[in-house]
Amino acid sequence: MMSVTSTGAAAAAPTRFPFLTIAIAWLIPGGGHFLLGRRGRAAIIFCSVLLAFLIGVMMRGPLFQLSGASGDVLSRLIQIGGFIGNLAAGIFYFAAVLLGYGPPDQASHTADYGSKFIVMAGLMNLLAIVDAYEIATHQKE
Amino acid sequence: MWKLDHFEVSILFALLASVILGLVTKRTDRERLRYGLYCFGCFMLALFGIGWFMKLLHG
Repeated sequence: MMSVTSTGAAAAAPTRFPFLTIAIAWLIPGGGHFLLGRRGRAAIIFCSVLLAFLIGVMMRGPLFQLSGASGDVLSRLIQIGGFIGNLAAGIFYFAAVLLGYGPPDQASHTADYGSKFIVMAGLMNLLAIVDAYEIATHQKE
Repeated sequence: MWKLDHFEVSILFALLASVILGLVTKRTDRERLRYGLYCFGCFMLALFGIGWFMKLLHG
């Protein structure tokens, strides 16, 4: 009986601007958690995503381009998926593009690792966005 | 250019991925810490396991 009541109360509680949370969490990694009062977790997410992005940039990993999405289906899928991964890093991606970051796609394992780290930063932010959405809609604490 | 070898990159990847996976999946801080450490342990197990497997495979 208690659990039914508490579940009902949680469901009746208003959602905390879930779409605004998603937008802020995407633009500023950890921003969604910060908005929802989870400041410690917000700081850890921000630092983790920033670190992954910086490692990728320091290894001169090339960014994926939509214009480079040509060739066979698999190549297009990799380019588009990589571009979405880059874009998911939010402000770090936009800052890198605005500052003119764009090393050539060279045949080097270091640059290849760097490229993966930049995509990884975006994918980590995507997980954080989903988590912030679930907190905003009271699906978890 | 910052040059890291495959092992160093794998450790960094495991560390960052474990932090985020621990942070977004569990409900209490204690559970998050335990799950993060568990994920890191799994990454290390896979890293060393696959590394030794490839070494034995190639002789």
